[in-house]
Amino acid sequence: MKTNVLRLCIASALIATTSAAGERPKGPDRYAITGARIVTGSGQVIEQGTLVLEHGLITAVGASVEVPDGVWVIDGSGKVVYPGLVDALSDIALEKSEASGDAPFSRGPLDRPGTTSWAAAADALVLDDDRVEAWRNAGFTSTVSSPSTGIVSGQAAFLNLAGERDEDLVVATPVALRVNFEPNANRSFPGSLMGVLAYIRQVFADASHYRVSQTAYAREPRGKRRPRYDRALAPLAEAQVDGWPVLMPGHWEHEIERAVRLGREIGVRPVVYGLHEGHRAAEFLASENVAVLVSLKWPEADEDRDPEAEEPLRVLRMREQAPKTPAALAKAGVMFGFYSDGLESPKEIFASLRKAIDRGLTHESALHALTLGPATIFGVDDRLGSLEAGKIANVIVADGALFDEDTRIETVFVDGAKYEIRKSTDEGGSP
Amino acid sequence: MNVKRFVWTAGLVASVRVIAGGGAAVAQTMVIRGGTILTVTNGTMVNGDILVEDGKIVEIGTNLSVPEGALVIDARGQFVMPGIIDAHSHIAAESINEGSVAVSSMTGIEDVLDPTDINIYRELAGGVTTSNILHGSANPIGGKNAVIKHRWGSDAEGLLFKGALPGIKFALGENPKRSRGGRRGVPRRYPATRMGVIDVIREAFTKARAYRKEWQDYEAQKAHGQADLVPPRRDFELEPLVEIMEGKRLVHAHCYRADEILQLLRVAEEFDFRIATLQHVLEGYKVAKEIAEHGAGASTFSDWWAYKMEAYDAIPYNAALMTEKGVLVSLNSDSAEEARHLNQEAAKTLKWGGLSEEQALALITINPAKQLRIDDRVGSIEVGKDADFAIFDTHPLSVYAVPQKTIVDGKVYFDREEDAERQKALVEERAELLEKLKPATEEKQ
Repeated sequence: MKTNVLRLCIASALIATTSAAGERPKGPDRYAITGARIVTGSGQVIEQGTLVLEHGLITAVGASVEVPDGVWVIDGSGKVVYPGLVDALSDIALEKSEASGDAPFSRGPLDRPGTTSWAAAADALVLDDDRVEAWRNAGFTSTVSSPSTGIVSGQAAFLNLAGERDEDLVVATPVALRVNFEPNANRSFPGSLMGVLAYIRQVFADASHYRVSQTAYAREPRGKRRPRYDRALAPLAEAQVDGWPVLMPGHWEHEIERAVRLGREIGVRPVVYGLHEGHRAAEFLASENVAVLVSLKWPEADEDRDPEAEEPLRVLRMREQAPKTPAALAKAGVMFGFYSDGLESPKEIFASLRKAIDRGLTHESALHALTLGPATIFGVDDRLGSLEAGKIANVIVADGALFDEDTRIETVFVDGAKYEIRKSTDEGGSP
Repeated sequence: MNVKRFVWTAGLVASVRVIAGGGAAVAQTMVIRGGTILTVTNGTMVNGDILVEDGKIVEIGTNLSVPEGALVIDARGQFVMPGIIDAHSHIAAESINEGSVAVSSMTGIEDVLDPTDINIYRELAGGVTTSNILHGSANPIGGKNAVIKHRWGSDAEGLLFKGALPGIKFALGENPKRSRGGRRGVPRRYPATRMGVIDVIREAFTKARAYRKEWQDYEAQKAHGQADLVPPRRDFELEPLVEIMEGKRLVHAHCYRADEILQLLRVAEEFDFRIATLQHVLEGYKVAKEIAEHGAGASTFSDWWAYKMEAYDAIPYNAALMTEKGVLVSLNSDSAEEARHLNQEAAKTLKWGGLSEEQALALITINPAKQLRIDDRVGSIEVGKDADFAIFDTHPLSVYAVPQKTIVDGKVYFDREEDAERQKALVEERAELLEKLKPATEEKQ
């Protein structure tokens, strides 16, 4: 057994272009891809064009671009070039949270149960997460990673999936605040869904009060009792004032509506994640102008369920109809991104995407939801998400149309660094 | 006649779509023709017609002319009563108890309404059109309630009975004192006795009084033009209690024993408010005079008792005896099953205590409407009220009575014949879905 593991390690080290996930490939950092079909992701498709990447940025893209002197030229004929893909919510490259033991016993809202709003993903990065390389090899150049436990988990960061040091990964932080509707498991407050919702309402009201009272105190401390310091509240107040996306869960139509209404009520910009019944909420989301993140982990029957028990019709309906959600959202004009939601390999992600495409999602909309869509939702569309001069050089080169089953991704650029994806027997790598 | 039949069929088709697709039912001008109308507040009209427009009752009489395009519902030989109101229900909610704290007034059922709960529809099949969805009984002061109409197919917001006075759940006795009783290393929650329960309530209102004062002082200073003022922190636990003291929120208090009932009435009076309803109140007959004097309503069971110590002294005459002493009494279900035959529960009071038919019907219509302060809208068949009806094939107080149609806001939400068709369609849909989902499952194996 030991030798097998060892052999496997050696094999994968040989297959991978770099031995460690984070290590940058040695080589030039000026490239031109010529004669390729370029899908810019911002609406334009250049049938035969050139893309120039220099020092980590896209410097030119077009049908009649001159190749500058001294760049490494890649013959792109027969290839298709796309912007790098984004997994819009994950915990890739994050330290495992210390979920050892029970949460502290909480007696009410002032104990700030499940609240670690100060925790920033960008401050807890680890490079030795196998998924960094696996996702990158499949064309995912970026992810939005967020602390994920508790009720107000913390601050998400927009990461590029390559770098020598942890800090290299960070494109922007914080880009969102993640909220869950999970009650405390230890019978302390909040022990129910309605307790969680009431708590969220209270803690955000406390945050805006915190901001007002801290400002007033800073202006004139004399004659006033100082407001109590509370590390949980400052990030929430920032989220309210600066309009951070606040990620809230919702699969069923009524859960989606509930999340949006609660978000409005607590003075933040809600972005709902989940959406398996989103096809029923598309019009509502469009009219509310709310963006969403669609889980690619389509619902399946619980393997441990009682085989004799009849599943409720609504559960069967959701399971059958979930993959039509992306097409419905696109049709209604809802801004959305896709996220892997615990899927274990990019192969599964692409299989899920193909299911959505089978149910009416266009390739163009699918690409948008993996590139410019999430970039816009998280406020980094000014620097990545499409192939435009001046943007970060996150680029993928494929030997065919991205969502076709036999297409292989051959080269991935992250921040302009080139990663060649060798053919491998490891099925997890390529779509 | 043919035209009318056509219109009715069209109505059927429209409603079938509602149920299959989950869209909203259609409001239209409607005449309910020729039924025995049990108005509850104005006696019984034999062979009467009811004209409905825009979801409201416009006219009640005999031989009313049918406006063009109106849906005609043939109720000849049938009995039309006001939609049944259940004053104590726990359906259509995704959580019921926040038992971690003794005072959970920051929580509310409105936050967790589930408009897809099939019980909304099943209770329509029992003639129920309005329900008071209450928080559970784990806390001396529980969470806020939501009064809903059974508008099956609408979203959560669409279920709400707009304009109903908000309320809250209180609970006395065994449930709040034994919640979280120190199992598996979890600390025991105060209170553990009836003394403690009342103490928690008194302390909460003492805090709420101070909170109200804090805000009043702030408003006064602001009115005097004082600059650089920071408003007090909003406390969502205490705000509902201030609303109670200001008469803007109704207290629905779960209780059993006579002693704890008197305890609560006294504490309420101490803080200058009234209990809107005593729920369960199985020993209410012992202190009916005191309850009437306080002005509380009582919402009880017909003949359900002895399921725990504090429910041993119950008698089936409770509803009748409290009614005789001048208490406003209703019968509730507290159960998604029992809610489907509240008419039979009401009928039991004819035997146990000799209430009149009208009094018995009032227990599940106008009385709960009054208790919930929605009697200007529902609870009886009167011109100007909401068009909420339950149509039975025979007198609803008969054990043989079966609801045929249930109408909310002038829309047919339940129709027995149509339902049979619907059941068939659902069976087919299930088979189709299972077929479609099959390949995925086989692939896994």
